[in-house]
Amino acid sequence: MKVAVCTKQIPDPQAPQHLGEDLRLVRSGKALLDDADTYGVELGLRLTEASGGDVVVVSMVPGGETAGVRQALAMGAASAVVVSDERLEGADALTTARVLAAVVRRLGADLVITATESTDGYTGTVAGQIAGLLGWPALTFTRGLHLEGSRVTAERQVEDGVWVVEAELPCVVSVTAGIVDPRYPSFKGIMSAKSKPVEQLSLDDLGLGVQVRERVRSAREAEARSAGTVIEDDGTAEAAIVAFLESIKVL
Amino acid sequence: MATAWVIAEQRDGVLAPVTAELVTAARELAVDVAVLVAGGGAEAVEALGRFGVTRVVDVGPLGDVLAGPILGATVARLIGDAPAFVLTAQTYTGRDAAARASVELDAPVLTNAVGLRRDGAELVTEHQIFGGSLVVEAAADAERVVVAVRPKSVVAVEVDEQTQPTLSAATAVTEAPGVMVRVIERRREERAGPSLDEATVVVSGGRGLGKPEAYRYVEELASLLGGAPGASRAIVDAGWVPYAYQVGQTGTTVKPELYVAVGISGATQHLVGMKGAKHIVAINKDKDAPIFSVADLGVVGDALSLMPRLIEAVRERRHAS
Ligand SMILES: Cc1cc2nc3c(=O)[nH]c(=O)nc-3n(C[C@H](O)[C@H](O)[C@H](O)COP(=O)(O)OP(=O)(O)OC[C@H]3O[C@@H](n4cnc5c(N)ncnc54)[C@H](O)[C@@H]3O)c2cc1C
Ligand SMILES: Cc1cc2nc3c(=O)[nH]c(=O)nc-3n(C[C@H](O)[C@H](O)[C@H](O)COP(=O)(O)OP(=O)(O)OC[C@H]3O[C@@H](n4cnc5c(N)ncnc54)[C@H](O)[C@@H]3O)c2cc1C
Repeated sequence: MKVAVCTKQIPDPQAPQHLGEDLRLVRSGKALLDDADTYGVELGLRLTEASGGDVVVVSMVPGGETAGVRQALAMGAASAVVVSDERLEGADALTTARVLAAVVRRLGADLVITATESTDGYTGTVAGQIAGLLGWPALTFTRGLHLEGSRVTAERQVEDGVWVVEAELPCVVSVTAGIVDPRYPSFKGIMSAKSKPVEQLSLDDLGLGVQVRERVRSAREAEARSAGTVIEDDGTAEAAIVAFLESIKVL
Repeated sequence: MATAWVIAEQRDGVLAPVTAELVTAARELAVDVAVLVAGGGAEAVEALGRFGVTRVVDVGPLGDVLAGPILGATVARLIGDAPAFVLTAQTYTGRDAAARASVELDAPVLTNAVGLRRDGAELVTEHQIFGGSLVVEAAADAERVVVAVRPKSVVAVEVDEQTQPTLSAATAVTEAPGVMVRVIERRREERAGPSLDEATVVVSGGRGLGKPEAYRYVEELASLLGGAPGASRAIVDAGWVPYAYQVGQTGTTVKPELYVAVGISGATQHLVGMKGAKHIVAINKDKDAPIFSVADLGVVGDALSLMPRLIEAVRERRHAS
């Protein structure tokens, strides 16, 4: 079985983020593996460890960046495909999905795993778009997964509980944080990641043309909510809270 | 003239409140506002005429399958080659529908929208980014655009003159490759009281509660105030409470009269899901916790010591009145 795990490489989410003059997210600095994707990598590794096959990580990123995919390779993925092209600057989610779907086709993968939503863009639509483009079922918002032969059974998070859903391979699965505990790369893993194959592709290699059709028109600071009173609990703060609840007529 | 299509959000066949929000937003975009429902067409006509809908199209109940991909593919077929806006909620079903519709229509998606308007021929959407600290306006250069709107960000407003929407039937697109995903079981996570996104009072707990057992203080206070208990992601990830309790960017957006945050630091991803509350009370032992910057009343103290006293005081106050 060939599992393609889509992994986004993103600017450090702990660092302050900002928009550039073109009103696009500044993607300078080192690109890290999105934490949200470590779950997909782990799930892919577990599935292939149990049923045979390989995990290929797939990433679309500016400048052929590989620091993030090396993290996934260090966890145990066999190889990586990285797509970079100047024409992809400012790409929207559908464009991203087109690129990822083209790589999946080229790889001949049986299963695609993504995170539910990325940490920086969080549109939450890429998995469903890849599935739509490939004509495969999309098992989205998955927090538990079971594979038997070619049948995939997934626990899907919904507003008020969990649904059990089912589809046949090939399909696309998007996973939530916590579906599995991602392993830490071992020293051996980190060393061997350096020599694992990373294929670099351009849009021409994939036979794709793209058109960026979305733009940010303006940006402004959000209205800050002003802070109110802060008191110290001296053992009687409950009275102040009750008084406040009375003043707003909740009590 | 473009039509604005709204993919209704239905739970167990009943229209969810976000549908009226989507319709209100859709009115800003087009005169013809069509709503796609899966069953309950007559009820939708009744409920949505007040919000100015012109047409309701019903594909009938879909049964035990995921609705999102099917509705997304169906709306695309109904639209054909015409210019159109498609609005969905930024929910589980809504995102599935938006993804599929965007593929079938070759239309870009604008997601997490908190407002939308038309500027000439262009659809302009408003988004909160970087944890709500920045508001950006986005636009798409396309004749057909899909927009996923965050629940509770647009206020549903009735029209002065109620419309009489037409009701028509359509066939759901079930034959397109990959649209059918079977649902073989639905497990409900039972919870007492109102649902998180509709409650007028929400009391949420975070890692500052120290241990899972302490979450019962949150539930008790919520129940005393007739509200719903919520949570930060930290304690959802730790397995103290189900994901359905999570408030924030990747959880539920709430807009209650009162939000009480207990032992929650106030990370931007949490704030973005509750900043819209009318009143906010925060309890945190760290006086520099960011949650205090949005609180009307902040109490610096130990939640484990204060919560029992607070519950008792609220109970007494309830008895007295
Ligand atoms: C603040 C912000 C808001 C944005 N809003 C929109 C918007 O409304 N509409 C829009 O079309 N675009 C939007 N974008 C652009 C969008 O983030 C990019 O197009 C991105 O490449 C794909 O979307 P996502 O990461 O949001 O996808 P999601 O659907 O949230 O991502 C789900 C998963 O898909 C996989 N994946 C996504 N991108 C890649 C990648 N490049 N390489 C490998 N795997 C990947 C990952 O596993 C990821 O976790 C926004 C970007 C930012 C920074
Ligand atoms: C992509 C992404 C999406 C996210 N989405 C969400 C989301 O939807 N919702 C969400 O909540 N988070 C979300 N997060 C996580 C968020 O960044 C924070 O990590 C999380 O909100 C922290 O939860 P917390 O406040 O409970 O825990 P902490 O940040 O650990 O805060 C605990 C607080 O409790 C206080 N405390 C400790 N002991 C006591 C005591 N005895 N009495 C009183 N106070 C005490 C501490 O001072 C501290 O302020 C997201 C993160 C990312 C990267």
